[in-house]
Amino acid sequence: MSKGTLYDNVWDRHAVRELPTGETQLFVGLHLIHEVTSPQAFGMLEERDLRVAFPDRTFATADHIIPTADLARPFADDQTETMMQELETNTREHDITFFDPGSGAQGIVHVVGPEQGLTQPGMTIVCGDSHTSTHGAFGALGFGIGTSQIRDVLATQCVAMSKQQVRRIEVTGSLPEGVYAKDIILKIIADLGVDGGVGYVYEYGGEAVEALGMDGRMSICNMSIEGGARAGYVNPDETTFDYLKGRRYVPQGEAWDEAVRYWRSIRSDDDADYDDRVRFDGSALEPRVTWGTNPGQGIGITEPVPDPARMNGAREATEQALRHMDLRPGQSMQGVPIDVAFLGSCTNARISDLREAARLLQETGGAVDDSVRALVVPGSEGVKQQAEEERLDAVFRRAGFEWRGAGCSMCLGMNEDQLEGRELCASSSNRNFVGRQGSPDGRTVLMSPAMVVAAAVNGEVTDVRTMMDGD
Amino acid sequence: MSKMQTQTVTRVAGPGVAVRGNDIDTDQVIPARFMKEVTFDNMGQYAFFDARRDDSDAFNDHPFNQHDDASILVVNQNFGCGSSREHAPQALMRWGIEGIVGESFAEIFAGNCQALGIPTATASHDTIERIMERVEQSEGPELTLDVESETVMVGDEVLDVRIKPSQKEALLGGIWDTTSLMKSYLDEVQVTADNLPYLHNFGA
Repeated sequence: MSKGTLYDNVWDRHAVRELPTGETQLFVGLHLIHEVTSPQAFGMLEERDLRVAFPDRTFATADHIIPTADLARPFADDQTETMMQELETNTREHDITFFDPGSGAQGIVHVVGPEQGLTQPGMTIVCGDSHTSTHGAFGALGFGIGTSQIRDVLATQCVAMSKQQVRRIEVTGSLPEGVYAKDIILKIIADLGVDGGVGYVYEYGGEAVEALGMDGRMSICNMSIEGGARAGYVNPDETTFDYLKGRRYVPQGEAWDEAVRYWRSIRSDDDADYDDRVRFDGSALEPRVTWGTNPGQGIGITEPVPDPARMNGAREATEQALRHMDLRPGQSMQGVPIDVAFLGSCTNARISDLREAARLLQETGGAVDDSVRALVVPGSEGVKQQAEEERLDAVFRRAGFEWRGAGCSMCLGMNEDQLEGRELCASSSNRNFVGRQGSPDGRTVLMSPAMVVAAAVNGEVTDVRTMMDGD
Repeated sequence: MSKMQTQTVTRVAGPGVAVRGNDIDTDQVIPARFMKEVTFDNMGQYAFFDARRDDSDAFNDHPFNQHDDASILVVNQNFGCGSSREHAPQALMRWGIEGIVGESFAEIFAGNCQALGIPTATASHDTIERIMERVEQSEGPELTLDVESETVMVGDEVLDVRIKPSQKEALLGGIWDTTSLMKSYLDEVQVTADNLPYLHNFGA
């Protein structure tokens, strides 16, 4: 078992007791809720006549189904309106803070938590959403949970959980131009497999990870779950503290100094024991894209689409994925025509994602190809406002992107933003599952925000580095 | 539909259904567009909704269309990966599934199943293949998943499976619904909370 890691430190501080099942009753420092997976949990509470135990440790926002175009109430879609009202009622009746649309703080739950300074190092954080692993970027333990567990948290501020093993993932070197945090995590998932992390928590480190800002670290931790790891984290450092300082829910003055002292104390020891160690060379990475129907089915942009005949064991799955994607073994992903470009999601809709995408548009003078429907969906109202202050919205609009309100949008197609028919989407999101973006036959190619811009401008999957030549 | 808190799950039995393939994600089990409801009541009809239909929206030959009386689901590796949506096991449960046997499961999915009292038992590839082949026969035998002995009975053939010790304890002890159990320790929860610096402005 691991020893002296941040995971061990934080786990021990939050362990309430061992349950008769052998699981640990673990205290939850921060509980985030949204409109889709919480109403049933409040219903269960009501059935049992229970109240929320620690209402000041739960925060709500609306992201999964909220429209990103027209926010006038009642919403055009009845079910959306009902779910929204349910969340409004539940948060009001249980004294839970709700970052509602128009408050300036609404947005995707995994963008909002960090942005508000709710997400802090050394916390346990849960949410009824698998991408809760995002919060690990701060040196917190973030876990996705189901609705019955949301009921547990509301009623007791605890979850029942078994301790995991810890895998240290070291990414060395510095990233070449055109390569981003998204490419690191896509490479990790492709190599270790979509179930390679089952039973593990991933600790990311090494020069390439430490050189990243918080947004990049969040992109990596966000997709831990796509590699099967329920949580992933980065040890907190000066980058973390700089990001947090002055944010709304972060301690001020003397408490700030004490907080930083505490946050440093929970870092993994230099001589910590890990259950497994893996190393990647960050300087050898190139921009990556997926060719298949799970996030592990990906390649470097200059590599050929794999040939099922040469795949050990995964032959049938590969054939099936290629059939769905309408791709041939051995072909290049470069030049594959796209219909939609989606720049958004809890993986890649933060301010630095938008800045980099806008920079690329501006420097190349590129415009969205006529064949492409392109949209930018900022991760939160805060990101949107910041981007507008920097006039990034004008850059996107001028290039032919739609500029939307904050939400999950086309990452999972629960609102109006969906693929149609067999449309192929160049997407900065996290899942390329069949039907994920709202159309059962829709196709998704995952990539970094810069690669989404390159695809949007050229109307086809493109190596973004070709647009950077001559800089 | 919801089971009582004190109910134990010692064995589940009934016809089986095999859904082949590794890495079947919860978006396949229930597409997100069916989650716009504030209760789980209607979820049963959405189980494998897209996978069960052809291009003209007619039912295809998906196993769920052929074995609509099944109560034990047999799957391959990493079943239930992706989204944490409890809608997935809720949909399967309300469709009629009471137990699942597979090569491996995604963690959040297995945890969600446990919280509903649905055992997720694992076995080797060969054992799963053996069960699948029997289940896919036209007059397939009934399956019995015995939690206590960690076995699956296929007709009169008994095969070993594994159930995670904590899940086994939870099911046999009737404590898979953890709310009341954890609530009984609220005093200790408060002690833990009292010792967390970030809940007390870091002592400043």
